[in-house]
Amino acid sequence: MNRLRKGAVWLDDRLHLTALYASTAGHEVPASAGSWFYVFGSATLLCFIIQIISGACLAFVYIPSTNEAYTSLEYLNHAQFWGWYLRAVHYWGSNFMVAIMTAHMVQVFLFGAYKYPRELTWVSGIFLLIFTLAMAFTGQVMRFDQDAYWGLTIGASITGRVPLIGAQLVHVLLAGPIIAGETLSRFFTLHVFIIPGLIIAIVSMHLRLVLTKGINEYPRPGYPVHKSTYDAEYAEILRKEGVPFVPHAIGKDLIFAAIIIVGILGCSLIFGPKGPMGIPNPTIVDTNPRPDFYFLSVFAMLALLPDWMEVIVLFALPAVVILFLLALPFLSGTGEKSARRRPVAVLSVVLILLVVGVLAYMGDTSPWSPKMNAWSADPIPAQYLKGRTPLELHGAVVFQNKQCRDCHALGGEGGRRGPSLDAVATRLTKPEMIRQVIQGGGNMPAYGKKLSPAEVEALVSFLATLNPKTKPPAVPSDKRENPLPRDLALIATSPGVKLKQ
Amino acid sequence: MTGPERQEDKGKQNTLDPSRRDWLFTAGVALNVAAGLLLAVPLIGFVFSSWVERKDPRSWISLGPLEGFPQNSTRIATYRNPYTRPWDGQTADIPCWVRRLQGNTFQVFAINCAHLGCPVRWFPESGLFLCPCHGGAYYEDGSRAAGPPPRGLFQYTYKVENGDLWVKGGEMPTLSNPV
Repeated sequence: MNRLRKGAVWLDDRLHLTALYASTAGHEVPASAGSWFYVFGSATLLCFIIQIISGACLAFVYIPSTNEAYTSLEYLNHAQFWGWYLRAVHYWGSNFMVAIMTAHMVQVFLFGAYKYPRELTWVSGIFLLIFTLAMAFTGQVMRFDQDAYWGLTIGASITGRVPLIGAQLVHVLLAGPIIAGETLSRFFTLHVFIIPGLIIAIVSMHLRLVLTKGINEYPRPGYPVHKSTYDAEYAEILRKEGVPFVPHAIGKDLIFAAIIIVGILGCSLIFGPKGPMGIPNPTIVDTNPRPDFYFLSVFAMLALLPDWMEVIVLFALPAVVILFLLALPFLSGTGEKSARRRPVAVLSVVLILLVVGVLAYMGDTSPWSPKMNAWSADPIPAQYLKGRTPLELHGAVVFQNKQCRDCHALGGEGGRRGPSLDAVATRLTKPEMIRQVIQGGGNMPAYGKKLSPAEVEALVSFLATLNPKTKPPAVPSDKRENPLPRDLALIATSPGVKLKQ
Repeated sequence: MTGPERQEDKGKQNTLDPSRRDWLFTAGVALNVAAGLLLAVPLIGFVFSSWVERKDPRSWISLGPLEGFPQNSTRIATYRNPYTRPWDGQTADIPCWVRRLQGNTFQVFAINCAHLGCPVRWFPESGLFLCPCHGGAYYEDGSRAAGPPPRGLFQYTYKVENGDLWVKGGEMPTLSNPV
C-alpha cells in the first residue's frame, strides 16, 4: 500500500495531476449552476465525441470515391459486422448533436450567459454552431446517394449565384467543373479533417473560457449585470455557495449524458441508419431530392421566396444573422439576465423556432412541388363522375391525361401546387376557366398550345360541374355588383346576405 | 562574439546582449514568415487550382446518331463528361434533354433546373418540364412557365456532323456560368 501511495505521489509530482484537477474538473462553480438547464453544453460535447468515435470507425470501411462510396455504404449496411449499427449511431448522433446544440444555444441566450464577462464564450459558440452545421451538410454528402448528388448540385447552384466570382467558386467547391471524382474527396477532407480540427480547437477555447470566466450563475430577476460590480459579485457567489464541479455539480450532466447515449443507441437500434437511398447516378432523373432535417427550412425558403429576393436572402441574410449573433454580447452585454425580465428575448426565441419549424415542416411536405405521379396514380372521386354527360366525362379524362392533377387536388388527392378544384365552379365561370387554362397566369403554365379547342371545351365542362350543391356558382365578373374579391363577392351574392357598401 | 562582451555576461550566463537577442528574434520571425510563404503558396495553389488553371473545360461531345431523335419529340440523352477521373463512376454520365423540331433544328437542354440545379423531368402529356425540388416548370421550348426559376432552361450549343448530334458540354451549368 505504501509503495502504491509512493508511486502515486511520484506520478503526481511529475505530472502535476492534482493541480490540473483542481483547476479543471474540480474548479468551483456556483451551486445554482448545477441545474437541469445547464446540461446541454456537456451533452453537445458528448455527441461530438460519439461522432468522432463512430466516424473514425466508419472511415475504416468507407471509400470517399464517387465510384465506390455508394457500394461501400451498402457494404457497411449489409455485410460489415455491426456496420449498419455504427452508421445509425453516426446518423442519430448528428441529429442529437444539432438538436442539443440548439437547446444549449437557446438556454445560454435565455439565461443571459452571453453577457459580460462571457462574450467570447458566446462568440466561440457561434463559430461552433457554424462548423457543426457545416459538418451536417458535408456529412449528408458523405452518404453519397441521389439526395447527396442533387444536394451538391443545389449547393453549387447557390454558390453560382455569388456575384462576380460565382463561376470560380463553383469550381473550387466541386473541385472541378462537375460533380465527379474529386468532389467527394474534397468534402471528405472537409468532413473528416478540416472542420473537426477546427471544432476541436474552438471547443478547447470554449471550455477554457468556461474555466477562466466561470460558469454563469442561475440568473435571478432583479439582479442585472454591471461591468463595474459583476466580477466582485461572482466572486462573492463562489465564496458563499461555490461547489467543486466534480463531484457536486456534475451529477445532472452525468444523468443527462447517460440518457443521451441511450437515446442515440435506442434510435439507432429502432430506426436504423438513413439510406443510402437511390444510387448517385445523375442519369436517373426520376428523383425527389430532399435535404436532411437541418436544412429543410432553407430548402423551403428557396421555394417560397420571390425571385428578386433570393440572392439577398441567400447571401445577405446569413451574413447579417451571423454578424448579429457575433455582436449580440457587445450590444447587450449588461443588464437583466433572467428570462423573466426579458420578454423580447423570449418572444424572439419563440418566433425564430416557430418560423424555422414551420419552414422545416413545409420543406418536408413540399406543397409547391407538383405530385409527379398524381395524374396516373390518383383516381377521380366517384361522386365527381356520377351522372355526368359524355362531354364532361371526357373532360375528366383530359384533366387526368394532361396532368392537371399533378398540381390540383381533387377529393384531397393530387398536387398542392395550385388550388384544389373541388369547388372551382364557385370561383370561376366557364369563360374565366377557359382563359386560365389557355393563358395560364398566377404561376400556372399556359396550356393553349397543348390542348385542342375540343379538349378545352370538354375540360371546362367537367370543371364547371365541380360545384357543391350548397354553394352558388361563380358570377361573371362584369355582372358582379361589388368589385370585391371573389370570395367576398360570393358572400355578397349569397341569398339573404346584404353587405354595406 | 568578442571577448569583452563575454566578460560582461559573467554571472548571468543565460543572457546575451539584448540587441543581439532582438536581432535573433526578428531574424527568426522573418525567416519563418518566408518559409511559411514557401509552404503556403503551393498549398493555396493546390487547393484553388481551378482558379489558376483557367482553361475551358468544355468540348464537343457526340450524343449519338440523328436517328435516335425523332422529329417533333423530346428525349433524354446521356453523354460521358469530357473532364473525367478514373474514379468518377456513374457521376460523369451527364443527362440532357434533346428536343428535335423539324429537320436538323434542335434544342438541347441541360438537365439542371435554372433555379437551383435539380433535375427537370419531361412530361410529354402536358408538354412541360417539371422540377421536383421547388416546383419550377418550363414549356417544351425551355422557356419558364411557372415557379421560382429566374430564366428558361440552360441550352447547349449544338452542331450536326457526320450524321451525329454534338453538343458542347463539360461543365455544370449555373446562373453565373450557363452551359
